[in-house]
Amino acid sequence: MLLRAQSVGKRFGGVAALEAVDVALERGAVHAIIGPNGAGKTTLLNVLSGIYKPDSGSISFENQELTGKDPHHFAAAGISRTFQNLQVFFNMTVLENVMTGRWLHERCGLASALLRLPARARAEQACRQAAAALLDTVGLARWADARADSLPYGALKRLEIARALAAEPRLLLLDEPAAGLNPSETRAIDELIRRTAARGVTVVLVEHNMKLVMEVSHHVIVLDYGRKLAEGEPRVVSRDPRVLEAYLGTEACST
Amino acid sequence: MASSAGARPSGSSKPLLALAIVIAALPLALPNNYTYEVAILVGLNAIVCVGLNLLIGYAGQISLGHAGFFGLGAYGSAILAARYGWPAWVSLPVTLAAVALLAWAIGRPILRLKGHALAMATLGFGIIVSIVLATEDRLTGGPDGMAVPPLASFISGEKIWYWLVGAVLVGAVWLARNLIDSPRGRALRALHGSEVAAGALGIDAAAHKLSAFVISALFAAAAGALSAHYAGFITPAKASFLHSIELVTMVVFGGMASTFGAVVGAAVLTTLPQLLTVFKEYEMVLLGAVLMLTMIFMPRGLVPTLERALAATRAKRR
Repeated sequence: MLLRAQSVGKRFGGVAALEAVDVALERGAVHAIIGPNGAGKTTLLNVLSGIYKPDSGSISFENQELTGKDPHHFAAAGISRTFQNLQVFFNMTVLENVMTGRWLHERCGLASALLRLPARARAEQACRQAAAALLDTVGLARWADARADSLPYGALKRLEIARALAAEPRLLLLDEPAAGLNPSETRAIDELIRRTAARGVTVVLVEHNMKLVMEVSHHVIVLDYGRKLAEGEPRVVSRDPRVLEAYLGTEACST
Repeated sequence: MASSAGARPSGSSKPLLALAIVIAALPLALPNNYTYEVAILVGLNAIVCVGLNLLIGYAGQISLGHAGFFGLGAYGSAILAARYGWPAWVSLPVTLAAVALLAWAIGRPILRLKGHALAMATLGFGIIVSIVLATEDRLTGGPDGMAVPPLASFISGEKIWYWLVGAVLVGAVWLARNLIDSPRGRALRALHGSEVAAGALGIDAAAHKLSAFVISALFAAAAGALSAHYAGFITPAKASFLHSIELVTMVVFGGMASTFGAVVGAAVLTTLPQLLTVFKEYEMVLLGAVLMLTMIFMPRGLVPTLERALAATRAKRR
């Protein structure tokens, strides 16, 4: 098991955003987290990336205990992510955004950075090339030297994925990667997720676009009111009466 | 290629060369000792601003207490040299090491704070420093200040100091630009861009804010020590709240997240009051008006605004 979250709970004031949720992620698969608005999907993703510390429960990744640690420890363990509300570094170029993603793989002492020692200059060149290659993969190569704030929305979504991949994660969390995208952009994301998974990266996807979810995922987790309602193969889950009820209401199902 | 201002190809050494040429050629336009004095003052302020810009402009963390570090650098080296008879080439590096340690110890708790709270905490630090310097009169000479021995017997006179400060400034800019174009520099800028995304990439926000704080404190302390040995005399005014505000103003006026902006900001706001003295009692009014107009029409600061305008005209010509 790549990641195991046991009985995770998270409250905001009086509202239980997550209650006793168990997640077990198998290595190398595409997992989707679905559920109605406010079901706790993004909260779960924030807990799995360390941005929220759960009030109860535990999280371990590759048998490493991560409960209560800061986000940068989650990243160092091999978990990378994108954000639903874009968190691009708008004060940098597109290429620099992706180069920043390589932080964990750059050995950079303060002295070598300040003095720009020859080894540092070579490493910088290598970092630049690796980042450029990733931009090529997501189709943003021609924007490399543009400021990130000059990019259209769809391109920024792909930039976040490239930046997350630059960290060479073993687990990639994508928060609504297709939200706000047109059908052809969505197909590009679909393709990107498949290729990423094919390279052995485990993917977790929070997504409202059911077509995308059914096409790319191997395993679906359904949340409702902060609880896990169902999980399993996409085809099985999509016929589960409890899931249909959560999405459509009881009456719609019974008629 | 879609390219715009601010998105400079990193690692370019041309601007640094341009700065060195300006510093080398400037003496041709400096008619007397007074103008040399102003130029040296510009250089010293610019060194502080280049460091402060790493913290404010790049890492996005405010400090209203950096004159405190300037004052500690100045008094530290001065006291060791004057009261204990240490040679300046020993007192200066020892002082810098002590200031770095102090900045680290202070920065650790207060950099957890954000925005206004951080501004207040750094402000408090600056005020404490200036009060201590003014009241510990047995060591510091109190509000009247104290005499400071020269850096070395052969370093005296405006011309030699001009070249020394010029060389240190070029070195400071070189160090700052190297840092900015390294993974550590990108980590700092990432904190400013999105702290949550930086964390998700494995960047330890607290550690990097602290390193920017310590580096900027070192730049300020170095400039402070040089200014003390140059002037031969210091007063606690150099560590005052007012001086802290002046330094932040220079960084913001010149342009945040622009190393040359910090230099230009220091140059303009150090020389402008000297030029405006012809307006006598209206001097401060005019200075205030210049600042307000700049911020209204160029909120990014002088250098980034000019860079963008230049890039826009270039793009039009194409």
